[in-house]
Amino acid sequence: MSELPDGVERRQFDGESRLATRGEPVYGEPADGEWRAWDARRSKLGAMLETGMETGLVGGGTVLYLGAAAGTTVSHVADFAGPTYAVEFAPRPTRDLLDAAEPRDRLFPLLKDARKPETYAHVVEPVDVIVQDVATRGQAKVANANAQFLDGEGRLLAAIKARSEDVVADPSEVFERELATLRDSYEVLETRRLEPFHDSHLGVVARPR
Amino acid sequence: MTEETDAWFAGVDVGDTDAASERVRTGSAARPTEWPTLAVEQGVATDEEAYYDRLHEVTMAATETAVREGERAGDRQLIHAVRGMDDCDRTANELAERVQEWAGSLFPDAGTGIEGARDIAERDPTDPTERRVVALADRVAGLADEAEDLREYIQQTAPSVAPNLARLAGPVLAARLIALAGGLESLAKKPAGTIQVLGAEDALFAHLRGRAPSPKHGVIFTHEYVRGTRQADRGSAARALSGKLAIAARGDHYRGEFNPEIETQLEDRMATIRARAEEETDE
Ligand SMILES: C[S@@+](CC[C@H](N)C(=O)[O-])C[C@H]1O[C@@H](n2cnc3c(N)ncnc32)[C@H](O)[C@@H]1O
Repeated sequence: MSELPDGVERRQFDGESRLATRGEPVYGEPADGEWRAWDARRSKLGAMLETGMETGLVGGGTVLYLGAAAGTTVSHVADFAGPTYAVEFAPRPTRDLLDAAEPRDRLFPLLKDARKPETYAHVVEPVDVIVQDVATRGQAKVANANAQFLDGEGRLLAAIKARSEDVVADPSEVFERELATLRDSYEVLETRRLEPFHDSHLGVVARPR
Repeated sequence: MTEETDAWFAGVDVGDTDAASERVRTGSAARPTEWPTLAVEQGVATDEEAYYDRLHEVTMAATETAVREGERAGDRQLIHAVRGMDDCDRTANELAERVQEWAGSLFPDAGTGIEGARDIAERDPTDPTERRVVALADRVAGLADEAEDLREYIQQTAPSVAPNLARLAGPVLAARLIALAGGLESLAKKPAGTIQVLGAEDALFAHLRGRAPSPKHGVIFTHEYVRGTRQADRGSAARALSGKLAIAARGDHYRGEFNPEIETQLEDRMATIRARAEEETDE
């Protein structure tokens, strides 16, 4: 099992050992004092940690999060990371993301399209980690377009959803195709299916080439 | 360096939240840069902590505005969708009549309306004439399917564009009201009395010219609270409903938050109106 980043711990909630971070609750997750459970079933990054992937996360680093939605996962990230930029392009979930960002003074919400990095490159600095969970067609392309935000030692932690690319094809074929595209800009270090937490999702750890 | 002028804080007073947030929303840069370092070098912030504090305030403000604008833009999509749905329905029905007339002369058992056309579309044509009728019927089925898909789309999107209105009126009627008003913002600015007769413009003008009684309701007639209320109380029901719809539209436009109280109040009011009918029958 790989080590958890600083600021992420395994703690008991209702007699069950779960990942947890310290911060204000966001989505009705169980809390114990300052700690709140990080539900891996609702978070692909949580599932990547649960399945023991070598994420390289250490805590305190800068993060660019693509596909932040209502802030479920990015709120946990901001709890243990340093300055965290959260990009989401749908207005409705972003409204909830604002609520998650309000008490987190190093979480910066941005209503932007992750396919157009030039529209936020004037705000976002080069980061240590990109977390991506966009679940729309062209996931590898989104990651490639954002590779410019990572310095050489940075990591991409991406979740690829097979059904976002092709609803009928065999997921493993879809993953192969997406990984091939990803290799234009990245060296893939590790991949792992995220079952039982998320069906037909592939967790990917990569670094820029 | 061009990079410096790309920074969200370049050339604006970062203390001016409106101006700075405008830059976050509309600015761009070819490449990311160590903005925090640059900001401190340029004296925009005393240190990186102060820079991040300011960035938090500005991105919160920028994104709040962008969200409000984005959700408003959603009303345009809803308007197109509801008009497209009505066009598909109307065209499908017109063509279904044509199919019925034509098919009636070829297939003695041909049914009527959209269902009749769907049935014809399933048949195997045996000659060139039948082939054309079946093909035409297939278009009817396609249009009817598209109308259904558009309805589905409206049902899915209306609650995020106008949560209160969609809850009170139902997604499709909510979309119709927004379309008739020409947008959520103009609907939000209309008094309840106008919302009550939206879609009854012809009847209203006839009334204003002194040629007809004033209309009691426009499209809101399709709402169960109006249609399902006995004739004598429909005016009160339409007034109660349009009053709450006006409040809902304002809430959706100005705040965008769902407020369950509007619905509860309307339910109470409707219960009172409908109780009158029961009292009278009891007597
Ligand atoms: C599966 S959800 C993300 C859930 C979130 N990561 C979490 O765990 O809390 C995918 C999100 O990506 C967003 N998205 C899809 N394409 C995007 C794009 N091009 N730019 C920004 N966001 C995008 C969608 O609107 C949706 O909210």
